[in-house]
Amino acid sequence: MAKQPDIELVALTKRYGDAVAVDSISLRIPAGSYCCLLGPSGCGKTTTLRMIAGHEEATEGDIILGQENITILPPAARGTAMMFQSYALFPHLDCTDNVAFSLKMRGVDKDTRRSRAVDMLKRVHMDAYAGRLPSQLSGGQQQRVALARALITDPQVLLLDEPLSALDPFLRIKMREELKSLQTRLGISFIHVTHSQDEAMALADLVVVMNAGKIEQAAPPREVFNKPASAFVARFIGGHNVLPAAVARAPVVPGADGAPFVAIRADRMSVQVGTSAVAGATSLQGVARSVEYLGSTVQVGIDVIGLDTLSATLSEARFDASPVRPGEPVLLSWNPEDVHVLGR
Amino acid sequence: MNRLKSWVTYLQVAPLALVFLLFLIVPIATIVVVSFFDYNTTQIIPTFVLQNYEELLLSPVTWRTYLQTIQFALITWALTLVIGFTVAYFVAFHVRSPTIQTVLFLLCTIPFWTSNVIRMISWIPFLGRHGLANTTLMNLGLIDQPLEFLLYSEFSVVLAYVHLYALFMVVPIFNSMMRIDRSLLEAARDAGATGWQTLVNVIVPLCKPGIAIGSIFVVTIVMGDFVTVRMMSGGLSASVGLMMANAMSLLQYPAAAANAVVLLLLVLFIVAAMMRLVDIRKEL
Repeated sequence: MAKQPDIELVALTKRYGDAVAVDSISLRIPAGSYCCLLGPSGCGKTTTLRMIAGHEEATEGDIILGQENITILPPAARGTAMMFQSYALFPHLDCTDNVAFSLKMRGVDKDTRRSRAVDMLKRVHMDAYAGRLPSQLSGGQQQRVALARALITDPQVLLLDEPLSALDPFLRIKMREELKSLQTRLGISFIHVTHSQDEAMALADLVVVMNAGKIEQAAPPREVFNKPASAFVARFIGGHNVLPAAVARAPVVPGADGAPFVAIRADRMSVQVGTSAVAGATSLQGVARSVEYLGSTVQVGIDVIGLDTLSATLSEARFDASPVRPGEPVLLSWNPEDVHVLGR
Repeated sequence: MNRLKSWVTYLQVAPLALVFLLFLIVPIATIVVVSFFDYNTTQIIPTFVLQNYEELLLSPVTWRTYLQTIQFALITWALTLVIGFTVAYFVAFHVRSPTIQTVLFLLCTIPFWTSNVIRMISWIPFLGRHGLANTTLMNLGLIDQPLEFLLYSEFSVVLAYVHLYALFMVVPIFNSMMRIDRSLLEAARDAGATGWQTLVNVIVPLCKPGIAIGSIFVVTIVMGDFVTVRMMSGGLSASVGLMMANAMSLLQYPAAAANAVVLLLLVLFIVAAMMRLVDIRKEL
């Protein structure tokens, strides 16, 4: 297989009138990686994807694929293929013709394009449904056909716009695995837009957390989770308690602007009934607000005066060793080495 | 309990069924019955004769008139289809703002604020021998003699038809177009389709139900028309509707009724053929 190209975004900007949707973002996505653009709705992740696909014109900046500047090329000339959020299968064409559509546009003759389409349907295990119309397929099946249609052009980069959001939770996890294994097999880059941190964590080699048109952090999932770059990332990723540094009694990093925050993973918190301090740990006095049993873990929500609700994720065994009930005064404590100082 | 329920169901469909019976079934049945009556110059004789159909179908005038009417219908259909599709395409896909879409759509309906007849008559001063069109062309020096074909000709009949009925094409096609998911057009572009290829491979197939509905409107209206032909051809062209109107003015009701039955069968056949080609049910 030929060496796949990297993708690079250089100061990419999209403005609608005065509103800035994407604010001068720069990013390098290494070849053959699974990249997730993660963020709340309206953060600019879909606009970024659509600019890479060529369905949205960049106001400023460049998109480089390998050695080539593709910023102003039409979608089909970029070496990218897009899978749309609602799959956008042509309702009047059966699966084979849907998959063969781009070949037809290029003037490939009927027999060749149909046999290639059936081959592609085989790869996504949909050859048994080749003659069906999209309306006769389930959501998961439609998605596979949409994948086959995107892949038949041999793209160097596959762009996926919230591909799993239309599926039920069970199917979502199954298709998630399939997407990942397909990406590994093909060795091409996937850029996947999602607002689900679970999805991004499970799939991505590179998680790009976006907020208000800017990139907050671009890093492998473990790094994003263990060393969130900002309070926004820590809150959005979940599983963290974000505290003002003064409350956490953390060493304040020099040069950090404003009132710095710290993040502490919820599963590194300890909770015990009562008010006596724990030796060698930092602690806060609070009141248990909620106790949720989640199977392998127990989630305890704790109100501390002057702060947002904090949470502690305890293993079942740890919870059972010192159970807490809602309304009881508790002591929330953590080890100083688990405190992560946030940049902003 | 069940018997009561089925009574309630019948009661619920009764009003519509009555309306259909009274305003559709009864009149058509009457026409069919009358078409078998005999007549002379003074009266209609209730009996059963096939003479009306014999006279109708054996006359070369009938065949010529039917051919003429079908020709009008075909030309009008083709022109309204092209114009209707183009207008609908422009409003649906080229105009981005929904407000302007609505405004343009309402603009299309303005001609319908006046009656058919007034809209037709308004062409006469424009197209006449000393009308606006001829005067302008002559003043510009483009022609020496007034163009005779402009008014009281097949040209003016078709022009009036297209003017009157293009909207019946625009509305259903526009409706079909607005239902097309815009991401399908992006998907086509993503697959390398040019604008023309997208039109042929995606938009036209998805507009088929709208095209079929518009075609049914235009063809059935033109097939049954007589006012437009009478006014715009100045009596030089004929149509099936005009034939019937003439028969009725001579009080030959059974002859007109027989003609009506034949026309009804022909139009039903055309509509059935169109419905076979396109499934319009999903549009309703």
